[in-house]
Amino acid sequence: MKIGKDLVAAAATPMVLGILADGESYGYAILQRISELSDGELEWSDGMLYPLLHRLERLGHVEATWGVSPAGRPRKHYRLSSTGRAAFAEQRRQWSVVSAALQQVWTERDGGRAFAPDRGIAPGLGGA
Amino acid sequence: MSEDLEPRIEEQIAAWRTYVSRGAAIDVRDVDELEDHLRGQIDRLEVSGLAPDESFLIAVKRLGALDDLSREFAREHSDRLWKQLMFADAPDRPRGSRSLWLALGLAIGAALAIKAPALFGIEWAADGDFYARFGALLVLPFLAAFFLVDRRASPRTIAFVAVPFVLGAVVMAVYPFAPDGATLVLAALHLVVVLWLVIGIAYVGGAVRSSRARMDFIRFTGEWFVYFVLIALGGAVLIGLTVAVFASIGLDASRFVVDWVLPCGVAGAVVIAGWLVEAKQSVVENIAPVLTRLFTPLFTLLLLAFIVAGFLQGNLVESGGDVPEVFGQRDLLILFDIVLLVVLGLLLYALSARDGLAPPSWFDRLQLVMVAAALVVDIMVLVAMIGRIAEYGASPNKLASLGLNLILFANLAGAAWLQLRFLRRKTPFERLERWQTGWLPVYLVWAAIVVVVFPPAFQYV
Repeated sequence: MKIGKDLVAAAATPMVLGILADGESYGYAILQRISELSDGELEWSDGMLYPLLHRLERLGHVEATWGVSPAGRPRKHYRLSSTGRAAFAEQRRQWSVVSAALQQVWTERDGGRAFAPDRGIAPGLGGA
Repeated sequence: MSEDLEPRIEEQIAAWRTYVSRGAAIDVRDVDELEDHLRGQIDRLEVSGLAPDESFLIAVKRLGALDDLSREFAREHSDRLWKQLMFADAPDRPRGSRSLWLALGLAIGAALAIKAPALFGIEWAADGDFYARFGALLVLPFLAAFFLVDRRASPRTIAFVAVPFVLGAVVMAVYPFAPDGATLVLAALHLVVVLWLVIGIAYVGGAVRSSRARMDFIRFTGEWFVYFVLIALGGAVLIGLTVAVFASIGLDASRFVVDWVLPCGVAGAVVIAGWLVEAKQSVVENIAPVLTRLFTPLFTLLLLAFIVAGFLQGNLVESGGDVPEVFGQRDLLILFDIVLLVVLGLLLYALSARDGLAPPSWFDRLQLVMVAAALVVDIMVLVAMIGRIAEYGASPNKLASLGLNLILFANLAGAAWLQLRFLRRKTPFERLERWQTGWLPVYLVWAAIVVVVFPPAFQYV
């Protein structure tokens, strides 16, 4: 399954904020984490993470410091700020509403058979 | 963890760095960050069994197309496009010369347009009223056209730009201004502001909601002004020499200079200065911010000295007894409006050139002092102005000036508050930028009111 570009873009900010809410991290590790969390389904071209991180930094949602990697090379670390925490909470509320609404739409449509735990998605909605 | 990779891969990474660094908006630290990512990816791929050069290729590929990456970085760091670059981009040349020919053509168009009324017997030097009404309308469309064509604007954007020009022309043509009327002068001045901000819509290619795009236009305005003044200085030298050379052989060139060189030169320079800013944007360090650094301390001193003098000398409004009034004279009020506008300009250009991520410095503190001093002066001016209106009644000049001061007051008050919070690290720098760019529509609306509403409201006096 390939997730649409718009959806990937929309999910990017809450995803990154959420990962940083767990603690300080750096670019490559953040992408690894996203890949783990989504079973590799949520894919950016790697470089696109960085303009996003810089934007969050400019908005004051994250703070960045330069450190060194274990191999002794410069590495930029990102940490959530207090406004970032608030932004994350707000995004989370918004996504909960969207996600709950979508769930309900599907549940009504399939008479409650949607999202069976074995990933047997209702006929017609099968992965592309 | 991993040591340096084998030399061949190190070479490839070095070449990749050089290549990525060409992106105008990607700076050295960003390349460091991307390289860290690249090496992380290569390590991981090697662990999973790929050969080093395969790992390198896949890692580079996974970073994404460099064009896309550069574009994203440029969108996020558009301010950097205004800074000195390490690499001059050769591939951009063809577009550069195309825009040169476009600018030259439009400059000639503007020069002809300003002289076109002469065909109908309207002389530039003699018919001041006519040029007050239509001067800006004859020249500025060419600058707007330059950006619309250069950016291949959408029909929607073209309409957004064209409609205000047409409406402005209609208003100026239809209103029965009294000769040399105050409302005519006010409308003419404010029309320039309206049209300039409308050119901003063309400049940002219709992206009027973007705070970054607005900030780019503010940068452009400052640089344009600097280039325009430079061209004007060169033009003055040229004119002086022309007159002197012809005088030496007994010919009087001054008539030709006044009738042709001056109006055509000014009109053409408006467009050419716009093109110069665009062409030089990524080649030289901007000048406006440098001037800002120079003049911020000096203007702060001027404001502080004035506040002290004002309070020592006493009375602001009435001239009673032997206390000299500070703002009794109308000229002085206008002078201080200009000072406050310059202060706002200094603030804007300091913001526009600042690296948003740098921590607060002494210069930011100095700026707070300047803004606070400007606020005090603005309050003094406001008090004097309201006093004058109460004493002599409202006139279009006084109300236009009052409106301007109220807008400045609100802006400076907010700016001072945000600056204070920024210095105490309570708010990100980005808020300061957004505060200032948020005022552009306010200026536009106010200037439009002065152009459209004031003349009929004051019977076109």
